[in-house]
Amino acid sequence: MDDLLQEFLTETGENLDTVDRELVRFEQEPNNADILRNIFRLVHTVKGTCGFIGLPRLEALTHAAESLIGQFRDGASVSAIAVTAILETIDRVKDILSELAEKSEEPAGNDENLIRELGILADHAKAELQQKPQRDVDGTDGADPVAAYLARHGGPVPTTSAEDALDLVFRSAPGPQRGRDGRIEHTAASEPGDEPVSREQRQVGPATLRVNVDTIEHLMTMVSELVLTRNQLLEISRKQGDHGLKAPLQRLSLITAELQDGVMKTRMQPIGNAWSKLPRIIRDLGAELGKRIDLVTEGADTELDRQILDMIKDPLMHMVRNCADHAIEAPAERLAAGKPEHGMIRVAAYHEGGSVTIAVTDDGRGLDIERIRRKAIQQGLATEAEIGRMSDAQASRFIFHPGFSTADSITAISGRGVGMDVVKANVDAIGGLIDIVSKRGLGTTITIKIPLTLAIVAALIVVAGEQRFAIPQIVVRELVRVKAGAEHRIEEINGAPILRLRGRLLPIIALAGLMGADDSPHEDGFIVVTQIGERQFGILVDGVFHTEEIVVKPMSSKLRHIPIFSGNTILGDGAVVLIVDPNGVAGLVGAATSGEAFLSEAAAVAATAAEKTTVLVFKSGPDGVRAVPLSLVTRLEEIDAGEFQTGSGRILLHYRNRLVPVVPVGETQIRADGLQPLVIISEGELTVALAVDAIVDIVDEVLDIEMAPGQDRGIIGSAMIRGRATDIIDLAYYLPMQERGWRHAGYERADASAPAQILLVEPSDFLRDMLTPVLKASGHRIAVASSFEPARHRMADGAITTVLIDIDGDIESAFAFAADLRDGPNGGRLRLIGMTTLVTPDLHMRASQARLDEVVAKFDRRALLSELAERRPGLKEAA
Amino acid sequence: MRLDQTDRGLAAAAPVGAFDSLDYVTVMIGDQTLGLPIGRVHDVFITNRITLVPRAPSEIVGLLNLRGRVVTAICLRRRLGRPATARQDREGKTELVAVGIDHEGEAYALIVDAVGEVMRLDQSTFETTPVHLDRNWAALTTGVHRLDDRLLVILDVDAILRLDLQAAA
Repeated sequence: MDDLLQEFLTETGENLDTVDRELVRFEQEPNNADILRNIFRLVHTVKGTCGFIGLPRLEALTHAAESLIGQFRDGASVSAIAVTAILETIDRVKDILSELAEKSEEPAGNDENLIRELGILADHAKAELQQKPQRDVDGTDGADPVAAYLARHGGPVPTTSAEDALDLVFRSAPGPQRGRDGRIEHTAASEPGDEPVSREQRQVGPATLRVNVDTIEHLMTMVSELVLTRNQLLEISRKQGDHGLKAPLQRLSLITAELQDGVMKTRMQPIGNAWSKLPRIIRDLGAELGKRIDLVTEGADTELDRQILDMIKDPLMHMVRNCADHAIEAPAERLAAGKPEHGMIRVAAYHEGGSVTIAVTDDGRGLDIERIRRKAIQQGLATEAEIGRMSDAQASRFIFHPGFSTADSITAISGRGVGMDVVKANVDAIGGLIDIVSKRGLGTTITIKIPLTLAIVAALIVVAGEQRFAIPQIVVRELVRVKAGAEHRIEEINGAPILRLRGRLLPIIALAGLMGADDSPHEDGFIVVTQIGERQFGILVDGVFHTEEIVVKPMSSKLRHIPIFSGNTILGDGAVVLIVDPNGVAGLVGAATSGEAFLSEAAAVAATAAEKTTVLVFKSGPDGVRAVPLSLVTRLEEIDAGEFQTGSGRILLHYRNRLVPVVPVGETQIRADGLQPLVIISEGELTVALAVDAIVDIVDEVLDIEMAPGQDRGIIGSAMIRGRATDIIDLAYYLPMQERGWRHAGYERADASAPAQILLVEPSDFLRDMLTPVLKASGHRIAVASSFEPARHRMADGAITTVLIDIDGDIESAFAFAADLRDGPNGGRLRLIGMTTLVTPDLHMRASQARLDEVVAKFDRRALLSELAERRPGLKEAA
Repeated sequence: MRLDQTDRGLAAAAPVGAFDSLDYVTVMIGDQTLGLPIGRVHDVFITNRITLVPRAPSEIVGLLNLRGRVVTAICLRRRLGRPATARQDREGKTELVAVGIDHEGEAYALIVDAVGEVMRLDQSTFETTPVHLDRNWAALTTGVHRLDDRLLVILDVDAILRLDLQAAA
């Protein structure tokens, strides 16, 4: 009995899930007879099995539902209320089933109400069916002969008087417990099915076999063993060189590989299984929230390992709920925003290079980045300066932070601050990656990239001490060879090993040290640079062998408490190797990397666009390659060191009738004799000569700047220039460091003598610092504002003639701000210039619609200056 | 297998049972002969490849590959509160004599000094663990068989594999 019941529960569960899905589909396409037939068949099956096993309560419920569905099949019109009632019945059945699974017996309970309701609806549908043939008396064979036949013979034919009909309508009217879509379309004429029901069209179930998971696991083990044995055989045959063995061995090899593939495939399931519940959830949520939401799914047959599927199911559901609750606006709001009334959530899955990518896209309101920034500051996740420096993409990642929620109100569905962080944790746990892209007002896309299977992973085999270990390839960013005295060497702070990597400090954990063989001099070896979420650290190993696909075996329960290992595997040579859990190792590093200080490259890539920038590359210090945007450089000089003068502890240079401070960049040593290369930088009245070791090149590169952590003074960040990681120096640091008093005096003088003419509205500290010197150097008086509010205040003093507005950040507000200025006093004479990292024709069009005069690229100094220069003659005329 | 289950039940719980004879695999730890109920032993093998597990409890020697299965090796010496001998130091190159045991669905190997013969003993020679025995030992044994020339201490396999059962007080 137990086996039978178990079988029944699994099968019925699956059937009901299908019914759920099909019903929602059916509601949208009420004329699709195929769907209806399918539903009817499924419900009928469930009913049949219930009766067979002897579960009267279930049987009664499914019977009532079946009769109602039967009426629809026969051509009665489908109403939302009926669908809701059937869905409710299915929920009830599911409840009973879950109790049944626990107690092995049907729980006691009363389903009278539900059954009566279904009965009334069925009666109503039947009455409707009976009226139909009366209506077309002449057309004895109506459009649907089967429906007509069934309606005539389906039961006692009552004389349908008007009174009866009225009564029926009354009884089947929605009760107060109905949702807002619970209306009855009893006047709608039913549409008969397009095709007559033919008996041959009986659907055949897919040819599948239910197999116990343990059986498959066992098969897996056996296959792994077979692979090992084959490897041993191959080894022996290689040694003996017996040609007779070669051919059969080759065949064995092939067969084994195929067998392994086949067994792996048995673990795969289509991802559609994970989202089979989504249509129902979206339907219910939509009704509850009064929103209209269409769910579109793509790639449902993309296959994933069963284990991963289980882990991704909940996060996926959570994400889609989030979309429905937060992202999709109410219909009225959508219409007002010029969007279609129906919101859309698209869930798509596809294979991409050995992993599966799942994208959840909505066309809702998008993330409110400003609000995220504010909340992040409020919750102490980052300082204001750090936030200002972050790109929108970086800031939006805060939603993955534990406990982070921007929702002011908490709804029953989501917004409790546990949400995306849980999603991220789940994704992290299976070694996946998660990313988010959001456009204000246009929608959000969350992308999850997950491995195909957990059972087999690509791993880097390394050696530490006397043992080999496997490190999952997915977390490995790069390998760095370290050697005493070489370019990369390990330094220590109070015994803690640290590596300088591209001007930043990477905490190092010695794997051998974790083994207990500590205090070994770690001078030679490899650093496996590892990334977990946003953190990076290096694992020091003695040697690196190769990458291998390993079959992951779970850790023994006696060893599961050791955080640094996630499992073990058997390598081709038969050795057991432990799999390092990077999460666990990261946990050991603990506070050292948990801060935001070491933002990873992936997270920190600033949202600068694919615009080429001309940069000056120079050397400073023994191995420091740095760069500065050429637009900020006034002149390059080589001056004989003998001309340097020392005054009050500073090195000064008499340059073009002025005393200019000479400042070494980074580790540059100012030469005592010979020619010293100098990079002359001017900012307004202030000039500084930066001493460098050598000017290397002037390069056009797409600057993808990765912001440096806050404490790294003098460096804005680094970027790949000519394939090499290069630090971009922070001029703002070098200028005031030398000339603090001077600079401020200079500013005040400028402010006092003439009010600023140009207002720069730019939220990014970096870009503000970069643009200000450029503008000042060209003789403009400039005021800066980091956001629109202070900018408005600046405008009040009236002298501003040109406003440079950043339109990368919040484009809507930028345009709104521009419109305000245009409509304000002197608005017509104002020159409004939008600044963006990437000028697109589309942006140009939108900008001109917003009555901006011009849009220029931020990094295009010449264009920016010529834009400003264009205005200047006109200004003089006006003055 | 049914019989094995019965065997275990007997060895673990009842000094006096329905069976007159009991089968044991004998193993040696130093001079002491110990008996493991034969129903629990499914393998005796010798290996020289072991993977050490850092941060593991001291009783766990490491992981072994037994025909494609990863087996957790437990040092019976340490488990019984004796120092590990040179043969079982943490070098991993030495030969290890292992007795394969399944416990709660997982594979374990008890590392012993040597494996003796299989003995069929009569229930009548069985006695409960002497009261003055080391507490540690008392917790890990079910009783003693009186043999002609020596005593055979019967181990409680489940207790031995329950590592959280802390040995020495």
